[in-house]
Formats: sequence, C-alpha cells, structure tokens
Amino acid sequence: MTDNKLLEVEHLTMRFGGLVAIDDLSFMANKREITAIIGPNGAGKTTVFNCLTGFYVPTEGRLTLHADDGPRLLERTEGFRIPRNKGVARTFQNIRLFTGMTVLENLIVAQHNRLMEASAFSLAGLFNLGRYAKAESEAIETAKFWLNKVGLYEQADWHAGNLPYGSQRRLEIARAMCTDPSLLCLDEPAAGLNPRESAELNVLLQSIRDDQGVGCLLIEHDMSVVMQISDHVIVLDYGKKIADGDPDAVKNDPAVIRAYLGEEEDDELPPEVAADLHLDPNAH
Amino acid sequence: MDWAYFLQQLINGLTLGAIYGLIAIGYTMVYGIIGMINFAHGEIYMLGAFHSLITFLICQAAGISGILPLTLLLMLFVSMVLTSIYGWGVERVAYRPLRGSFRLAALISAIGMSIFLQNFVQISQGARVKPMQPLVEGGITLMDNGKFDVQLSYMQIVIIVLTLVLMVVFSLLIAKTSLGRAQRACEQDRTMAGLLGVNVDRTISTTFVMGAALASVAGMMVTLYYGVIDFYIGFLAGVKAFTAAVLGGIGSLPGAMLGGLLIGLIEAFWSGYLTIEYKDVATFGILVLVLIFRPWGLLGKPEVEKV
Amino acid sequence: MASAFASSRTNGPEVVKELAFFAVIALMMSVMILGVETVDRPTGLELAVRWDLVLLAIGSTVVGRLGLIFRRENISRLGQAILITVSAVAVFEMFVRFRDMDDRWASPVFLDMAFSSVVSVIVSIAFLAIIFAAAYFSMKDKTAVEVDESAKLSSKIQLMYRSNTKKIGLIGIIFFIIFPFIFGEDRSAIDLATLVMIYIMLGWGLNIVVGLAGLLDLGYVAFYAVGAYSYALLSQNFDLSFWLCLPLAGIFAASFGIVLGFPVLRLRGDYLAIVTLGFGEIIRVVLINWYDLTGGPDGISSIERPSFFGMAEFSRRVPEGSIGFGELFGMDYSSMHRLIFLYYLILALALVTNFVTMRLRKLPIGRAWEALREDEIACRSLGINPTNTKLSAFAIGAMFGGFAGAFFATRQGFISPESFTFLESAVILAIVVLGGMGSQIGVVLAAIVMIGFPEMFRELAEYRMLIFGAGIVAIMLWRPRGLLSFRDPTILLNMSQKEKVAGEMK
Ligand SMILES: Nc1ncnc2c1ncn2[C@@H]1O[C@H](COP(=O)(O)OP(=O)(O)OP(=O)(O)O)[C@@H](O)[C@H]1O
Ligand SMILES: [Mg+2]
Repeated sequence: MTDNKLLEVEHLTMRFGGLVAIDDLSFMANKREITAIIGPNGAGKTTVFNCLTGFYVPTEGRLTLHADDGPRLLERTEGFRIPRNKGVARTFQNIRLFTGMTVLENLIVAQHNRLMEASAFSLAGLFNLGRYAKAESEAIETAKFWLNKVGLYEQADWHAGNLPYGSQRRLEIARAMCTDPSLLCLDEPAAGLNPRESAELNVLLQSIRDDQGVGCLLIEHDMSVVMQISDHVIVLDYGKKIADGDPDAVKNDPAVIRAYLGEEEDDELPPEVAADLHLDPNAH
Repeated sequence: MDWAYFLQQLINGLTLGAIYGLIAIGYTMVYGIIGMINFAHGEIYMLGAFHSLITFLICQAAGISGILPLTLLLMLFVSMVLTSIYGWGVERVAYRPLRGSFRLAALISAIGMSIFLQNFVQISQGARVKPMQPLVEGGITLMDNGKFDVQLSYMQIVIIVLTLVLMVVFSLLIAKTSLGRAQRACEQDRTMAGLLGVNVDRTISTTFVMGAALASVAGMMVTLYYGVIDFYIGFLAGVKAFTAAVLGGIGSLPGAMLGGLLIGLIEAFWSGYLTIEYKDVATFGILVLVLIFRPWGLLGKPEVEKV
Repeated sequence: MASAFASSRTNGPEVVKELAFFAVIALMMSVMILGVETVDRPTGLELAVRWDLVLLAIGSTVVGRLGLIFRRENISRLGQAILITVSAVAVFEMFVRFRDMDDRWASPVFLDMAFSSVVSVIVSIAFLAIIFAAAYFSMKDKTAVEVDESAKLSSKIQLMYRSNTKKIGLIGIIFFIIFPFIFGEDRSAIDLATLVMIYIMLGWGLNIVVGLAGLLDLGYVAFYAVGAYSYALLSQNFDLSFWLCLPLAGIFAASFGIVLGFPVLRLRGDYLAIVTLGFGEIIRVVLINWYDLTGGPDGISSIERPSFFGMAEFSRRVPEGSIGFGELFGMDYSSMHRLIFLYYLILALALVTNFVTMRLRKLPIGRAWEALREDEIACRSLGINPTNTKLSAFAIGAMFGGFAGAFFATRQGFISPESFTFLESAVILAIVVLGGMGSQIGVVLAAIVMIGFPEMFRELAEYRMLIFGAGIVAIMLWRPRGLLSFRDPTILLNMSQKEKVAGEMK
C-alpha cells in the first residue's frame, strides 16, 4: 500500500496567537481516492487546506506530497509553486472566480505556466510564433474537455460572474483541474447546491477520481455527498482528529456523534437532526 | 557629541511631530472607518491654515489683535468650525456617492478633490506665499554651553500642550461616548452597524469632521510657528502625515501620534545632522521600509488574509 | 409647480429647510476663502472684501440643490431644464466675476454681454438654448416608454462601438496619419497634436499597469523622468545619438521599474499608490539636488535633436559631413519638417505601445495581469507568481514611459524637474481612469479631452487645473468605471464579438 500514498500529513499544528486551530494532526490520503474531512464549524478544516496550499505556513508539522517525480515538502514550498507540475489544486469555500473574465478565459488562465513557457515568457507570443499557437490551441482543447465535463460548453463565452451559483462551483472545479494537479482539494463544493446539482457533483467527483486518476481531499458538510462518494473519512473537532476510517465506521463512531451533537444521549436527538446528518442508517 | 544641539533638534522635532500627528489622526480615523486614503486631507489642513490666517487678519482689522488670548482662541475656534465644514463637504460631495463602488474610484475622486481645493485656494487667495508676523514670541533658554543656546519657545510649548490636550479629549471622545462606539461599530462591519440602528452616514460624516478639526488646528499651528503659508503646503504635509499614520499603524489613534512624532524627529535630526535637501527622501524612504517590513505599523495589528 | 410639490414626498416647509441648510453651509464655506482676499501690501497682508462672490456661491448652491430636489421629486422635464439653465447662468456669472473681480452689483454680466451687440445677443440666446435643450433631452422622464427608448439607443451605440472597435481604431489611426497633411502648415496644430500624442502614449503605458494589472501607480512620471534624463545625459556626456539612446532610455526606465517595484508590489492597492507617489517625489527631489549630474533646478538644455534616422539633419545649418533633410528629398528647407517628423515619431512610438499592449493582452502574461486584478488569491492557487507577474506589468509600463520621456527630451531640447511633478502623474492617471480602465480607445478620447481642449482654451489657463480637479470628481461620480469601461474577452469560443456584445446587452 505504501506506493499508493499521495499525501502525508504529520503532526500538523497551526496556531493563530493563542488559538490552536489545528492540533497535532496526522493523516494520509491515497491516490485515486476521495478522502473527506468533516467536522463542525470552526474545526479547522479550511485551515488544513490553507496549510496544504501554502496560504499559511504551519507552526509545526510536515506535509509531504508524493507526486510522480518524488516526494515534495509542501510546507517549504512557496504558495504559488505548489500547484505547479502536477501539484495541489484547490477550490475555495467562498467561490473565487475571475468574475469579469469569461468562463473560457478562467480555464485558460489556469494553464498559465504551461502557456508561459511555450510563449517563451511572451517573446514568442509577441511575434506570433508557431510554437505558441500550438500550445494555445492545446490549452483550448483542455479547456473544452473540462467545459464539456462540467456541462458549461454552451456558456463558454459568458462572464463567469453571470453564471448561476451551481455552475460557478463547477467552473471552479474545472479551473482547478485545468492546472493538471495530482491532488485536488475541494472546500465545501456542495454548499448551496440543490439536490439535483449535488447528485451531479457526486458523478463529477467520482469521474475525476476514476477517469483522471486524481486524488481528492473533500471538505463537506453535506453528509449525503460524503457518505456516498468518499473512500475514507477524517473527522476533526477543535483542530484534533477524533476519527479516521471508512465512511461506515466513522458514521457510528461515538466520538463523532458526540462532537456533532454535544454530550446528550443519542436517543434524545430530535429525529429530523438525525435524519439530516444521516447518522442513523435506519432513517432512510 | 554636542548635547545642546541634540536637545535643540529634539525639541524642534517634537514640535514638528506634534503637527504631523494631528494631521495623521484624520487619515487614520477615515482609513479605519471606510478604508480609503482621504487624499484631500492635506488640503483640508491647508484650508485650516488659511482660515486661521484670515481670522487673524480680521481680528487685526477690528483692532482686537492686541488681546492675544482672545485672538488665539478666535483663530482656533473659527478655523476649526469652518474647516470642519470643508471636511464634511468633501465627504458628502466626493466620497459618499462612491461608497461601496469600485475601490479606486473613491481614491481618484479624492485626488481630483485635492487638485480642486488646491487650485481653488490658489485662485481665490493668490499663489504667493502669505507671511504672518509672529504672535507668540519669546521662549525659555534651557541650556547655554557658551556657543549654542537651547531655546524652547513659548510657541513650541503652546503647540505641544495643545496637541496633548486635544489627544486626551479625542481619545476620551472615542473611548467613552456613544459616538465613539458607533465609530468602532462601523469600523468592524458597516452593514451590521446600520442594521442595528447606528446612523452610518452620520457617523462617517462625524469622523471626517473630527479629522478636519484636528487638521485645522495643525494648520493654525503651522501658520503661527513658521509664519508663512501658501496654497501648496497641503501636499507634502499630507503625504508625510499619511506616512506617519502608516508608521504608527493605520487605524490606531495613539499610533498616528507616535508616527507623527517619529517622522518629526527623523526630519529634524536628518536636517540637523545630514543634508536638509534630502529630508523628504528620508521620510519616503521610511514609508517604504515600514510598508515592506511591518505593513501594519508600530501599534497596529497585522491584518490576516482570510482565504 | 405647486401641484408637483403636492404629489411628492417632501412638502414645502421641508424644502425650504433643506435649502436654508445648504445656504448656511455655502455661506460658511465661502465666507473666508472667497469672501475675504488677502492682499500683499508693503506693510504686510491686508484684506479686501468680496461679498458678491459669497452671495453667488450661496445662490448657486441653493439653485443646484433645488435642481437635485426637483430631480428627486420627479418634477417635469421642463422644470428641471429651466432650473439647470438658471444654475448654469449663475455659475457662469460667478466664474466671470471671479476672473474680473469688479463690482458689478447692479447688472448681471450675462445681461450686459447679451445686450452689448447683435452678435452677442444671438450668442447668448444660442448658449441658453443649447443648455436648455441639453438639459431637457438628457433628463430622465417618468414615463417608462421613453426610458426604454433611451436605453435602447444607448445600447445600440454600445453595440455599434464594441462590435466595430477594430474599424474605429483603424479610422483613428488613419486620421492621425493624415493629420499633418491637413494641418501641415499650422505649427500650433502640429505641436498640439504631438503633445496629445505624448499623453496618449503615456496613457497607454500606464494603462498596462493600472488598467490591466490593476496596480495603482501614482508615480508614473518617475519613469518618464528617468527616460528623459537618461537620453539627455547619455547624449550630452557620451555623445550618443537619439536612435541609440531611445532603447537605452526604455531599458533604464524598465530597470528602475523592477528595482522600485520589487519591494513594494506585494502591498495592497492604496498602500502601493502612496509608495509609488513617494518614489515619484524621491526621484524629483534627487533630480533637483544632484546638481553636478542633473543641473539641479536649472535642468539640462540644448539637448540634441534627432536626425532623420542618422541619414539627414533637420537643422538649417547642416554640420560638416552630413546632409539636410530637405536636400535628401530634394525639397527646400522648412522648419516644419522637423516638427512633422517628431509628430510621426511619437505617433509611431504610441502605435507600437498600443500594438504591444493589445498583443500582450491575448498572451498568457496579459491574461495573468487581468486575473491578478480580479483575484490575487485565486491566482496564487493556480500557480501564478504574483510578484513576477506584477513586476512584468510594472516594468513594461515603465519602459514605455521611458520611451516617451526620451522623446519628450529630444522634442523640447530642454528638461528640468519642473516637468515631472506629481500633478503630471495625476493627469496621466486621470486619462487612464477617465477613458475607462483598460480601454485603449478610451485613453485616446480622454487624452484629447484632458490635454487637447484645455490647450485650445488657453485663456482659461488659470482655471484649467480647477476645472480639471472638479472634472475628475464629476466623472468619477457619473461613471465610476470611466467612459468606455467595457472589457472585451481575449478569446471567444462559440460566438462572434458582435453576438457576445449583443448578448450582454440583453
Ligand atoms: N487567519 C486566521 N487568523 C486567526 N484565526 C483563524 C485564521 N484562520 C482561521 N482561524 C480560526 O481557526 C479556526 C478554524 O477555522 P477554519 O476556517 O479552518 O474552520 P472550518 O473547519 O473550515 O469551519 P467551517 O466549517 O465554518 O468552514 C476558527 O476558530 C477560525 O476563527
Ligand atoms: Mg471552512
């Protein structure tokens, strides 16, 4: 199994002044798997992503990405270098698209580094050399592929800001995929989606895992998404890992139930809460 | 080391710094509450200087300029009131309609306002330097080592004391009154403050008025201290005061004062010991260094980038 | 009008109260600065009183406010138009008094002028009629149908403009190319066109930094200065020709851009603005004080003029060993040759700037600039290096500033720190912003409006900057994003530009 690991997080700690947002967290994520990170609000999930993608420098700990070309230490890499060469791509909890640019442009910007090289840092591009033209048409092909995949081909020339919310979420995923990552980090991709969109998202994520072979880290509050598609679930509470395992095991873990619902006895749960969380398998 | 000379530069620097500090407070408060650089603030200070000069001339014409305390109080009062109205008007005309619009728009509108006010005064009052005779003369000789007298003039005492008094009054105003509370609420979250019944427009207007009042005091001090003003004094003083605000930590009142004092001292010592021509370069150099190494300033809190 | 008030939200006394409030404000603002003039006398400063100005300030404020109230209360277009006309006349009145400072108490200037001759009667009536008509037809009316009509018209214009930008640009270029053939003998026209073209070039250069990359640079004039001084110094000290110095000036300016930009480009928008302003001032202070190198405040004079690509000279007395431009083409000597040559030179430089910018916009670097302007954090998550990307925009913008500076030096033959003040930066920035950030044609329009018109109305020289400042504020209030603030996509997949624009319009 060791050759299958994609991301290794060891003793990650992140403090903001006195606040310990992540406390000695260790976990692994494998290639071609969806690893879900769940936990109550403020548990530190987004902070994990920010450490992985170089927005925060962790107070302590080691983050290793086992890319094709050998292991990389993410905490020592400058933020903007992390997505390069089959690195880590991410989406944001509050969607961050280039709203004034078109959908297609969003996807082409994501292929910046490859295009930049092909344009010889703009010189070849300035004089319209063939090398750049070829790279650009390849970039457009990649963009088209992802446009079709997320069902936005028809809207390719729209301004990204004019898309409906659900499409914006999908576009953000497509944009992250256009950087050709080996690990994709998704921060609450199903937030604000209706049930149909949410089901479509499941299909998309599964296809990213199975067809593209990209490992995913998934932060999600919507348990229907988590339980259906993830291969492995990690539960955080107050920055600490309280459970780690396959979905079924985690679902019934008493520590998890306590973290989500407080200290009360299980049978005192209002039934709709239990149903919402899908913690109780009988609720279906 | 010549201590007498050093002490004299220290006194001069503190005086100058008090003036910068008073202007800087206006930048800091406005930046704190609406997050924009009020580029026209230097011009407000210049207007304060003109208002106090004209008040003095009127007093002179009315024959009451002999009663020094009365003249000084009148100058202070009239200049504060009239200049505040300019502060209010600038916000009302050039910034309020752009609030919530595109970020650069307000800044550019402010630059336009600054050019407008400068030329307005140039045309209506003439481009020439306006001299004024010294009102508060004399001083105390602190030290006399034979070749150099260390002078602390009465004017310098007035400036430092007045600055201290104003600082205390304004700090209390912001810490203790409901106005101060409303200001702090608007700083945190304007929409929410509005929903909770804070009159946001009025709070912001008051902030501009307060900033302008302090700047006008600074203008009056400069008029009295240096005895010459012109329509162009606002630009450099404004940029330096903004530097002071950034140095102290933008949004922090004590920080603005501290920054002002530091800038004043640096300028005084630079001119005293190095080249006077490059003193402005020194100030800007410091601004750049601060922004690179400690963008949140000496007393400010680092801003976290929420992702 | 009474009926109009009756139907509105505000009642009479409240309107009076509002007007009184603004009258008091106007009084307080004008009572000293306008009402009292400080006059230099040998004995010291003295006062002169100008109450008429105060009254006019109050009057125009009240009338203006009334106009706003009318607008707010949806009063008929006729009423609004009358009001605007009256306030326009009042402003005019104030303006003339301001200039002449004489005591015309009894008769308004406007009437005086109107009745002084037949021609001026006609001019005055035409003036009134134009304001009135403009006011009448530009007012929004209550009826929804008409609003619809005007919206349709404006979207038609937009559609036409945006789907034909290429053609419009081409027509513009052709116009500027044949300009000397039309005005070839008119020295001042060519001079003015050259000046406007310098600002167009500076605007296009700054547009890369501000419009595309979204970096607010208040010290652009520093690069202009670096370009000008590097040409002047290289040519004086090392006797290098203009054609060799031109690229060097660009390279120097770009290196300056990189050196200055590197430490500060990570700063947030308005901090960056202040720091760049600081840099602009530092460079000016250094130019003033480094007497040995730059000649200090006296500047550098008799800077060498460019030759005709090293083949011929433009001066009347041609030095040994070279030939005159006229001789080369078998024409008589004319002093206009050099002016026209300079005009074409700056036109070519400006067009190169434009071409490079347009091309860069469609390259990865240009797209990264725009993406960075939209969201820096997202850019970092996509592997774009923010510092280098910003730096490239800064350096390329600076390079064009440097070219323009070298041209300026060779055209004037004399430079001094006076020409590189903050105001100059503000003017260039205003051109970019007024034009509509990122819009190339917008810059041309704005440069003509900001540089061309004021130069034509020389008599207003004193008021130029006053109007300029007020104009910036007014334009920002009217169109916070500038005149032509549309962003055209750099690439389209399914539709043509025309369809895209039409789709957006809906
Ligand atoms: N830059 C920061 N500075 C200070 N505290 C921070 C910072 N970023 C996050 N925190 C704190 O760290 C804790 C974890 O935040 P985080 O955003 O990671 O939670 P989360 O699990 O993503 O929650 P949610 O489900 O609400 O998105 C919170 O208490 C938050 O306030
Ligand atoms: Mg989160």
